[in-house]
Amino acid sequence: MAQERHHEADITASQKKRAFHVRKGRWPIRSAGLNFALAYGVIFLISAALFLSFIWWSSNNLLDNHVRAFIETDAQELREHWNYGGPPALSDAIEERLEQNVDDDALYLLIDRYGRRLAGNLPGWPASITRINHFYEITIRRYSFTTPAEFKAYNLTHGYKLIIGHDIRGRYLLGTVITRTLIWCAVMIALLAFGGAWVVRDLFRRMVGSIARTASAVASGDLSHRIALTGSETDLVAEPVNTMLDRINRLMEGVRQVSNAIAHDLRTPITRARNQLEDALSSANSTEALRSAVDKAICDLDHITGIFEALLRIAQIEAGSRRSAFTMVDVNDLLSNMAELYEASAEDAGLKLVLDVSPLPALHGDERMLQQALANLLDNAIKFSPAGSELTLSAHPVLAITPKGHAASTPTGIEISVRDHGPGMNKEDILRAHERFFRAESARHTPGSGLGLSLVQAVTGLHHGKLTLTQANPGLKVTLFLPLTPAASHPHALTDPVQNHD
Amino acid sequence: MHILLVEDDPTVRSFVFKGLKEAGHNVDQADNGKDGLYLAISEKYDIIILDRMLPGGIDGLNILETLRGQKNNTPVLLLSALSEVDDRVDGLRAGGDDYVTKPFAFSELLARVEALGRRGNADAAPETTITVGDLKLDLLTRDVQRDGQKIDLQPREFRLLEFLARHAGQVVTRTMLLEKVWDYHFDPQTNVIDVHVSRLRQKVDKPFKTSIIHTVRNAGYILRTPQD
Repeated sequence: MAQERHHEADITASQKKRAFHVRKGRWPIRSAGLNFALAYGVIFLISAALFLSFIWWSSNNLLDNHVRAFIETDAQELREHWNYGGPPALSDAIEERLEQNVDDDALYLLIDRYGRRLAGNLPGWPASITRINHFYEITIRRYSFTTPAEFKAYNLTHGYKLIIGHDIRGRYLLGTVITRTLIWCAVMIALLAFGGAWVVRDLFRRMVGSIARTASAVASGDLSHRIALTGSETDLVAEPVNTMLDRINRLMEGVRQVSNAIAHDLRTPITRARNQLEDALSSANSTEALRSAVDKAICDLDHITGIFEALLRIAQIEAGSRRSAFTMVDVNDLLSNMAELYEASAEDAGLKLVLDVSPLPALHGDERMLQQALANLLDNAIKFSPAGSELTLSAHPVLAITPKGHAASTPTGIEISVRDHGPGMNKEDILRAHERFFRAESARHTPGSGLGLSLVQAVTGLHHGKLTLTQANPGLKVTLFLPLTPAASHPHALTDPVQNHD
Repeated sequence: MHILLVEDDPTVRSFVFKGLKEAGHNVDQADNGKDGLYLAISEKYDIIILDRMLPGGIDGLNILETLRGQKNNTPVLLLSALSEVDDRVDGLRAGGDDYVTKPFAFSELLARVEALGRRGNADAAPETTITVGDLKLDLLTRDVQRDGQKIDLQPREFRLLEFLARHAGQVVTRTMLLEKVWDYHFDPQTNVIDVHVSRLRQKVDKPFKTSIIHTVRNAGYILRTPQD
């Protein structure tokens, strides 16, 4: 025992360790809402960055092209000045341009063949410009600061050279603006994401909360609680859970009904047996009397056992676990054998058992359970029929009705009915007939447990069929509809089992 | 017959033990699976009565499977509080020959034990006729004669008489008849079997001076010749 406990402790320790290990390797945030929002934030941020990068790249391109085009046109114009008036005209044009350049972003340099500076605002030939007719992007010193600039050098005639440049500080300003935008974006997205996280988390909680509330209400015993349907995605969970709860409720109701019934209907024969034995113990004065008392007590105990078995069997069938025993059943065979077995009993009771059976298709079902159900129906019919009357066991295939109103050629099910000419049942009794231990007032004086029809009902349910009781005036007609395939079953077969069709 | 009884409940065990002794059988008993298995393997029995639920780690089905695994074909009757159809099927599939659910009437158990014991003996020679006193059944032609007089029987009546005759001198219960003659495993509320037996009596007993089919109170029926 101690060893066992030690072993158990070992297991829990290793389980804890594993759980810890798993948690360590995992994402630390457990809230689905928060994770959701975080994921959204990250996606927003990445898309904003991509978007702004594209803007940055395309506006840069635009600016570059613009600057280069400006330089090229400027060069074209200045070349005309050169052609027209030579160095002095060009110098003048350059000086004029510099004066008119309000943005102070134009850069010029004109040198002669000896490298002497003739005009322009560049202090000297930048060392990095080595090729003619080529764009350079160089950082230069202007006044007190350095700035990037785009340059292109041109060869003029007689060894003169011209550099036209453009200060592209603006591009860097744009870059700063975009970077700043990106940062602001990030901040705002973060704020939105966290705000969203709370909202989403709240939303999630509210969605799950309704399910959780219902679940805990059910867990604490209130089976009537259901999840409110909102039309949202939670309904995907809520609906099956509600259906499940309905089923549990029905089963619980059955259990409650059975335990009530046990309290009622088992106590009676137990009391009877006990009283008989006690009476015999105290007052039997002959062996004969003692024997008869014990004999009666055994009879009562057998009756109790019978009730028990019937209850257990019904419970087992209703749990649906018996479908494993389903095979193809030859219903014609089953019915004729059953009729053969009961024909003698009927005759003995002065009744005539009439068999009215059409050729039937094979049915997928539990043969023993069907036999039991039929036996119960025939037992009942024989029990309640007045001597000299007739009882009918009939069975016919049920044809599907096509949308046009014609009967289809393939049957969807089998209808088996047992009809007697007994006292029948009134409407109220028919409605309650399938209840466990229910016995109609007129049946009180006949032997029986009130479980026969419950069992038939359970067997019918097992086969997705439908049990119908009809007042046949005179007598009662009990009809079993058994579908050949479960799909063909009546939609209300389980929920509304006994219906009055008169 | 030499019978092994493996049952853990002392009351049930002593009740069955006493009953079997009184019926003239030689009974060994065990109250747990281990002893039961030991006895079942080491001794030769005509029939073993096994409770399904046994203490000590070895239950009735384990014993049964072990025996059958060793090609030991001693008839086994399972005794169980598990009455569900599937449990019965499990028991029979594991190699059990019959199944009695608790609570049971001793007469039912005794009848089944004796039927099983008889079956064990008669395994070897396939019969073509059964003769009980002046009753003669031809299993091939399905002819029935009593005292040289031919009796016309329905197929089911023939099977009923055949079953009774095969177990002549033994009590057969209504449940046994329902199971073996009709192959039904439910509990009819009305006296279906009685009616069939009484019909059979009309043909087999009524025209003759002596009856051979007798009712055994609280148990069932027995077919026996007057001199038995």
